[in-house]
Amino acid sequence: MRHTLSVLVENRHGVLARVAGMFARRGYNIDSLTVGVTEDPTISRMTIVVRGDDEVLEQVTKQLNKLIDVIRVSDLKAEDTVEREMALFKVSSDVNNRSEIMQIVDIFRARIIDVAPRSMIVEVTGDETKIEAIEQLLRPFGIKEMVRTGKVALRRGAKGVSS
Amino acid sequence: MTGPTERMTGARALIECLYREGVDTIFGYPGGVLLPIYDELYSSDIRHILVRHEQAAAHAAEGYARATGKTGVCLATSGPGATNLVTGIANAYMDSIPMVALTGQVPSSMIGNDAFQEANITGITMPITKHNYLVQDVKELPRIIKEAFHIASTGRPGPVLVDLPKDITTDMIDFHYPDKVELRGYNPTYEGNLQQIKKAAVEIGKSKSPVIYAGGGVISADAAAELKQFAEKAQIPVTTTLTGMGGFPGNHPLFMGMPGMHGTKYANYAIQESDLLIAVGVRFDDRVTGKIKSFASNAKIIHIDIDPAEISKNIKVDIPIVGDAKWILAHLIKYAGKAQSEEWIEKIDGWKKQYPLHYMEPAGDEIKPQYIVEQINAVCPDAIIVTEVGQHQMWAAQYFKYTEPRTFISSGGLGTMGYGFPAAIGAKVARPDKVVIDVSGDGSFQMNSQEMATIVQNNIPVIIAIFNNGFLGMVRQWQEIFYGKRYSSTCIRDSVDFVKLAEAYGALGIRATTRDEVRPALEKAIASGRPTLIDFIVECEENVSPMVPAGAAINEILDLERKE
Repeated sequence: MRHTLSVLVENRHGVLARVAGMFARRGYNIDSLTVGVTEDPTISRMTIVVRGDDEVLEQVTKQLNKLIDVIRVSDLKAEDTVEREMALFKVSSDVNNRSEIMQIVDIFRARIIDVAPRSMIVEVTGDETKIEAIEQLLRPFGIKEMVRTGKVALRRGAKGVSS
Repeated sequence: MTGPTERMTGARALIECLYREGVDTIFGYPGGVLLPIYDELYSSDIRHILVRHEQAAAHAAEGYARATGKTGVCLATSGPGATNLVTGIANAYMDSIPMVALTGQVPSSMIGNDAFQEANITGITMPITKHNYLVQDVKELPRIIKEAFHIASTGRPGPVLVDLPKDITTDMIDFHYPDKVELRGYNPTYEGNLQQIKKAAVEIGKSKSPVIYAGGGVISADAAAELKQFAEKAQIPVTTTLTGMGGFPGNHPLFMGMPGMHGTKYANYAIQESDLLIAVGVRFDDRVTGKIKSFASNAKIIHIDIDPAEISKNIKVDIPIVGDAKWILAHLIKYAGKAQSEEWIEKIDGWKKQYPLHYMEPAGDEIKPQYIVEQINAVCPDAIIVTEVGQHQMWAAQYFKYTEPRTFISSGGLGTMGYGFPAAIGAKVARPDKVVIDVSGDGSFQMNSQEMATIVQNNIPVIIAIFNNGFLGMVRQWQEIFYGKRYSSTCIRDSVDFVKLAEAYGALGIRATTRDEVRPALEKAIASGRPTLIDFIVECEENVSPMVPAGAAINEILDLERKE
């Protein structure tokens, strides 16, 4: 079972190492981790996707809370959360299949952000299933390289994680 | 921030911070990057105990903390000085002891360049500190020191390390000390949930076979008086873990001794047959629980602990109560009545008679190690007993009746050989009024024997009682039982003359080889008022008994008595 944790931390050096180190030493698995500054420049938000049952999640949450630099931990439930991930795909392409790729890009409301004689880069934003779907469709053309940001998420509505 | 400011160096500011935190003693060892700090210490009122190895500084700071409840402070230089503290910091972390470790660091501009005596000590100690800091600007120093002492000593206590680059100690600062700490990510819970406490009280009233399982948390919360009052009011038998020794009077009729691997049979039987287990300031360590699936399997479990992460970590808890043990026990006393435990206590008293802790009397006049502990208890019942790790440690836990908290100091979680002697130094410095005895083994002692120089130079009259059996005894015991007596690398017989060693350092050395010499040796050591080492030559293949084999349920406990 996968959980998305939204973790507010002090925006200080070494915080990422503390969080990542805690996961490593206690043997918890991180699927993805993103980090960036929030509306308050002294606070960063980490969005951590972690795999495990409810007991593991409980321990992860408690261990995160024990870190002095962790201000707040929230378990984001899928139903009241918007989540997005971005991916870039460098796809092999030439004049023969370029328009075919562009059709797929249109359907997914993705964008082409670089075109070269033998390749192009596709940018796509969405939830995980969308990114995996376009990956599947692009694969037959030959994906030379790809990168994913990992998930970012916010709770729906006025109520935030920090309040 | 308030108060007048004064311009000074970072090193001077550090000393000012330490004064304000009430630090009277530091255990440390100088080095290149620490020169500005040591120059300030030279003219300060803080007592600096110069050790002979930084590991001892960390253990001594911990011994000081355990004997007093105050935060212990150690100081070491960059690189190897800092890495030598690591074992001591890990030990304090495992046993939740308040400690501030100060380390020198190469100048800020050289960090990351593999400079001479550079080690990334904040990185190294991240998993074994409650928190740590690298000071990057001298202006941060007062706040960081304030936070370090606050974090170390509140909530679940633990070690905090502050790494001080050399330039920070020479930079100038307009010093003023913050009045309070503002840490939005740190806010320990002290007051327990009253609903949970009332629920616990109901279970106590219904219980026919309750057991209190208390640990180091009772000592650090200063909750021994409340524990006694609660146990007496509710009429519940008590077992205390190794780190909880002294948290409940050892001579009390409700006391059952230690649980677990080398616990008493009756404590283990009582836990296994209990219908209600009240766990206070404990973490269900594997040395206590044995096979966790069979541990107290018929009992409802109430778990009182200040650290929410301990709740249901190793075992599913029915009624968790997060908070300060002293506060929660005081409220339990208010809400809980008497358990229905009359028959249960009779049953346990029967077990106590049937399965007492015991050992074979020797055929001749040789010394049984358990006998030494009994004699120490007889000669100085209110001594502070500090131990190393191994067989002697278990005998010291089994055969001495600790009646007060902070009189038993031992490395519990980490099991650090070489801990006891330096920890005893810290305890004696903190409590010069007390007789402090390091119950030691011939193996453990040699891991930090260089500290003889420290106690002689500073005239710290610690008594070292070596239980000299010529073996790394606990490992030998396992080899005897589980590896067909193949004593691989555990025989250390006749490798050193400990009396001569003591004398070489200028300490008093006494040897006792027969039973009749035990008590006079102890009396002589105490009367001398000098740093003293007693070399007790003991029965070499005595086993710690009883014993639960690793991985077995704790009621599957065996007698390992050596037949004469």
